[in-house]
Amino acid sequence: MKLTPILIGACSAMAISFAAQAQTLTIATVNNGDMIRMQGYTDQFTAETGIAVEWVTLEENVLRQRVTTDISTNGGQFDIMTIGMYETPIWGANGWLVPLDDLSEEYDAADILPAMAGGLSHDGTLYAAPFYGESSMIMYRTDLMEQAGLEMPDAPTWDFIKQAAAAMTDRDADINGICLRGKAGWGEGGAFITAMSNSFGARWFDENWRPQFDTEEWANTLNFFVEMMTESGPPGYATNGFNENLSLFQQGKCGMWIDATVAASFVTNPADSTVADSVGFALAPDNGLGKRANWLWAWALAIPAGTDDVDGAKQFIEWATSKDYIEMVAENEGWANVPPGARISLYENPDYQAVPFAEMTLESILTADPNNPTVDPVPYVGVQFAAIPEFAGIATQVSQEFSAVYAGQQSVEEALAKAQAIATEEMEAAGYM
Amino acid sequence: MACAVTNQRKAVNTLIAWAVGLLIFFPILWTILTSFKTEAQAISDPPVFLFFDWTLENYAVVQERSDYLRYLINSVIIAGGSTILGTLIAIPAAWSMAFVPSKRTKDILLWMLSTKMLPAVGVLYPIYLLFIQLGLLDSRFGMVIVLMLINLPIIVWMLYTYFREIPGEILEAARMDGANLRNEILYVLTPMAVPGIASTILLNFILAWNEAFWTLNLTAAQAAPLTAFIASYSSPEGLFYAKLSAASTMAIAPILILGWFSQKQLVRGLTFGAVK
Repeated sequence: MKLTPILIGACSAMAISFAAQAQTLTIATVNNGDMIRMQGYTDQFTAETGIAVEWVTLEENVLRQRVTTDISTNGGQFDIMTIGMYETPIWGANGWLVPLDDLSEEYDAADILPAMAGGLSHDGTLYAAPFYGESSMIMYRTDLMEQAGLEMPDAPTWDFIKQAAAAMTDRDADINGICLRGKAGWGEGGAFITAMSNSFGARWFDENWRPQFDTEEWANTLNFFVEMMTESGPPGYATNGFNENLSLFQQGKCGMWIDATVAASFVTNPADSTVADSVGFALAPDNGLGKRANWLWAWALAIPAGTDDVDGAKQFIEWATSKDYIEMVAENEGWANVPPGARISLYENPDYQAVPFAEMTLESILTADPNNPTVDPVPYVGVQFAAIPEFAGIATQVSQEFSAVYAGQQSVEEALAKAQAIATEEMEAAGYM
Repeated sequence: MACAVTNQRKAVNTLIAWAVGLLIFFPILWTILTSFKTEAQAISDPPVFLFFDWTLENYAVVQERSDYLRYLINSVIIAGGSTILGTLIAIPAAWSMAFVPSKRTKDILLWMLSTKMLPAVGVLYPIYLLFIQLGLLDSRFGMVIVLMLINLPIIVWMLYTYFREIPGEILEAARMDGANLRNEILYVLTPMAVPGIASTILLNFILAWNEAFWTLNLTAAQAAPLTAFIASYSSPEGLFYAKLSAASTMAIAPILILGWFSQKQLVRGLTFGAVK
């Protein structure tokens, strides 16, 4: 029986599990540039503290599902989770996260940008430390703008953007005046149109949690978006998200692109971008109503309540989100590559102020207010989302209806009627109304 | 004349077969080619096919960033373990269904298959909670059990189909010669069904190798196989297609090589009993 030893060997191998090291942290994170860079410096942390680190890197949506399953079942698979502004207040309220209210004096928690600290807190208690933060802004081709005979103001209006987009569009040269997200998904096209709707005076819910898609403000938002994109956007924009637009912009096929501030380092990098030396920045547009179309987001490190190594996890978070970490990255890779948008001191640093997109990034972050995101009052926190558990499900469905409009499959009126019905049904079922 | 027509038809059929084969293989070929491009070339429009500066940089980056060997070993143990365990359970089950069927055999077969009709996400929470209780989260043993259970209906069905092609009289003769049940299955049935068993094992090994729902949701750092390795290179904020392609190529390479060397056995097994 030659099979017997093989089977015994196979079964033994299956039964053997790796013996845990003396102190090892398991960290779940996303595959974004700054996070990957941090993984490269992990040995430094281990050398300083003797704590080993195991990384579980996943795509954003997979990560979200994975960590949500784990934390809601108290699975204890991770000592630190990378989460965003949407999850943090909800999970903090549920008691799923360890409060970060006792970080060391040396860490200087007061140095965290107030907008970030506010979005990552619940009832005034910080539950996640921002590793990097972002808003959204306009990135535009200075050469095409000049050719069009226009000058981009620092704080343009939507009317100017529409006019400039039309002037920059050259279908024969495959240049689209403006590239925006149309892809379905609450974090893709849904995030953009929600932030845009804020500047048009629209909101997701009124003070009594009644959905607001039947209002004139939402109709104005969607009609304006569709008109502008039909006139000056790329073909098939209904399926374009961040990566698709980044690719178009880097290849010189977009006159303007309104998206995450973190994209600034990509489009100005000559190794990847063909237009690196002709990119300008401006604040996201407004309509004169007091709110701009920029969002606010942070990727932050949080400690799930199920971990058995809270002290080790806090040590890592203090290290990764510290001023020293930023300086270490700057020293090795330049100031343009440090994680942005988290600390006040970074923007006071003259070396960082010399980075072309630093000032506009900070201004964009400062003008987004998650506690007061819309023209009219709302009962929720969040700029491009409403921090309630039901939002992700509702917004995914609503953004699918909107994408169907962009793809020419239904009218704006039909989509808004469906969005109102979807949101009303879900909010009633959840007991808000 | 008749011969000329036949040859012409053969040529046309061959051409169509090649065209369909290439169409199916093209995404894999494109992934492999992209893995040798720079990130800028990977997104260039119009796309570059063969004439670009080939680079191994992506492989170097992936190798430096990830412990490929650990993911590979996990994949081999999980896919191999679940396939072996599943086959060991399925052979006697398929034997009993094929040679000593009861009036409920057909119903049992259908019921087994029906377990594949439920979307996996529907039982994620119960299985996750069960794994927490049993301490099986992020363990290779747990993954072997889960993947074995998932693929068991297919293994039983395939083996049952192959066994049905074997005349029962041969097994009867073996019994008359004094063979007990164990010897009957091991020394009479199994050697006759080798092509079928081999193709079942290969197909299920491939299915287990590529399984990406449970392997992503039930593993973390220790038991993560190559599916998690690929997932770690997918990014919604940043164009890392060349690196993602390099990771994908490294993940599919072992199974492609295995498939290449065993294709005769695989085809023979899959067409076993198809032509009378």
